[in-house]
Amino acid sequence: MIIAIASGKGGTGKTTVAVNLALSINADSTDLLFLDCDVEEPNAHLFLNPTIERREEVGVLIPEVDYDKCTFCGRCAEVCAYHALAVVKQNVLVFPELCHGCGSCTLNCPEETIHEVLNVTGVIEKGFTGDIRFAHGILNIGEAMAVPIIRALKKHIEEDSDHVVILDASPGTSCPVVETMRGANFVLMVTEPTPFGLHDLRLAVEVARDELGLPVGVVINRDGVGDRGVEDYCAAEGIPILMRIPLDRRIAEAYSEGVPMVEALPEYRERFVELYRRIVGQLSIAARQEMAR
Amino acid sequence: MKQLVILSGKGGTGKTTVAAALAHLASEEMPVVLADADVDAANLELVLDPTKQEEHDFTGGQVAVIDPELCTACGICAEVCRFEAIIPGDDTYQVDDIACEGCASCFYQCPAEAIRMEEQTAGRWFRSDTRFGPLFHARLFAAQENSGKLVTLVKQQGRLRALDEGRELLIVDGPPGIGCPVISASAGADLALLVVEPTVSGIHDLERILATTDHFGVPALVCINKIDVNPKRAAEVETFCASRGIEVVGRIPFDTVVTEAMVQGQPVTAYAEGLVTEALGQVWEGVKVHLALNGAQRTGGI
Repeated sequence: MIIAIASGKGGTGKTTVAVNLALSINADSTDLLFLDCDVEEPNAHLFLNPTIERREEVGVLIPEVDYDKCTFCGRCAEVCAYHALAVVKQNVLVFPELCHGCGSCTLNCPEETIHEVLNVTGVIEKGFTGDIRFAHGILNIGEAMAVPIIRALKKHIEEDSDHVVILDASPGTSCPVVETMRGANFVLMVTEPTPFGLHDLRLAVEVARDELGLPVGVVINRDGVGDRGVEDYCAAEGIPILMRIPLDRRIAEAYSEGVPMVEALPEYRERFVELYRRIVGQLSIAARQEMAR
Repeated sequence: MKQLVILSGKGGTGKTTVAAALAHLASEEMPVVLADADVDAANLELVLDPTKQEEHDFTGGQVAVIDPELCTACGICAEVCRFEAIIPGDDTYQVDDIACEGCASCFYQCPAEAIRMEEQTAGRWFRSDTRFGPLFHARLFAAQENSGKLVTLVKQQGRLRALDEGRELLIVDGPPGIGCPVISASAGADLALLVVEPTVSGIHDLERILATTDHFGVPALVCINKIDVNPKRAAEVETFCASRGIEVVGRIPFDTVVTEAMVQGQPVTAYAEGLVTEALGQVWEGVKVHLALNGAQRTGGI
């Protein structure tokens, strides 16, 4: 089962929920894989303190031209949708930061002069926190594209395995978040009950539920601040509120020190286990609705 | 004309709260233009009460479309697609347009010429009036790509307007992260204001956003939000900034008045007096000094 944790708005508590959910259900000896997919600003390791055992460079396959055979016909530049290639006189210029690694230039070159090399744009680190298998991606500074790193990270998910996978998404609703959510069984939205929280929750639900067709549920963090907008929205849309975390200075302080909530306030452990049970419950409801259709 | 971008690395540290306050404070001293560069979750409009004046489509990129009449289900498109965007079927294949990155690899390889590339409307952008000045903002449609391109467009429109009307300052409310939309939002900025919270995550992410602004040669200032949540970590931010020669221009305390103002749809500085508003006034003074803006003196009657 793959659970993606998203929010739209940043700083609503995605990492807090992802980390504490993982630590709480891990007690039941569930086989758990935690992937921090916020490769621009990964933070989960600050709370899980994993022992990193392996590092692997990842990136985008970019074209490299064999000049012995190249006729400078310009076909590669013509077919590149991203303008990542330019043929100027007796030179083929490659702009790695524009290349998506689609391989179309390689396939279209009439002389078969193009082969592809890895342009490293980030790194994946893997290890363990107790029994939890952990991996995160780190986009190199100055690199634009998060998606190839996320794609490489998600390769760690074994198909048809019964392990539980927790994916911690980045804020927003565009390509990195979509790439994280794709293939998940459930998207857990962490929001705060404020106008900003609600506005961005709507957008995230549009992506997860309406575009990707995934079941969603909400965790309201800092419950008690702001207004009733999020509650009213969830009620109107039939989106279940699966957990509420109150605005509590002790939680904010533990977070600020990198201490998981369930360690600072152990009474929360059972509540996160309950959150997990509710997610499982929602999934069986979704499965039944699917069968009815 | 000067261009200020507000960034943070980590999401939810208070970028938009600070941007709205600066829009309010700056507009009292000089003509400004505002741009919301967080196009996948644009929030600035929620506290500026904008009136839309213009609305345009944004054409992001292309997607492949397979003509079922011509498709022979040979499967070559699925073989060449590196984005898992082709959904195989028995009689005909389909494109998952969310996964499709518009590379056209399948278009070129399809032996039946059953594939065409179609332009996609990926979002909309707007010019609005607010009481603080014109606002350029946008909405990238759900699950669309090319947010960097839309950010560039919104910012360029703001820039042109500022130059046309002789406005002195363009305030750009940036997106979280350090990737493509952040790079687009920072391009051409004279100054980046980094909003950080005193937490281990906040400090970790500050280091990465600062490395990014350094990488692109944009000078930075720091403002610490919710400074009293963890005084020890706040001191760590100050030490880190001092060691890097980065000035801390604001120290904003935690106060629920920030959320109250948001609920009322107002910049906090326009909503209530108090420590938060005072601290944001200092942020504005710091920004002004660094950008060598003299608006206050001018309205003072030189």
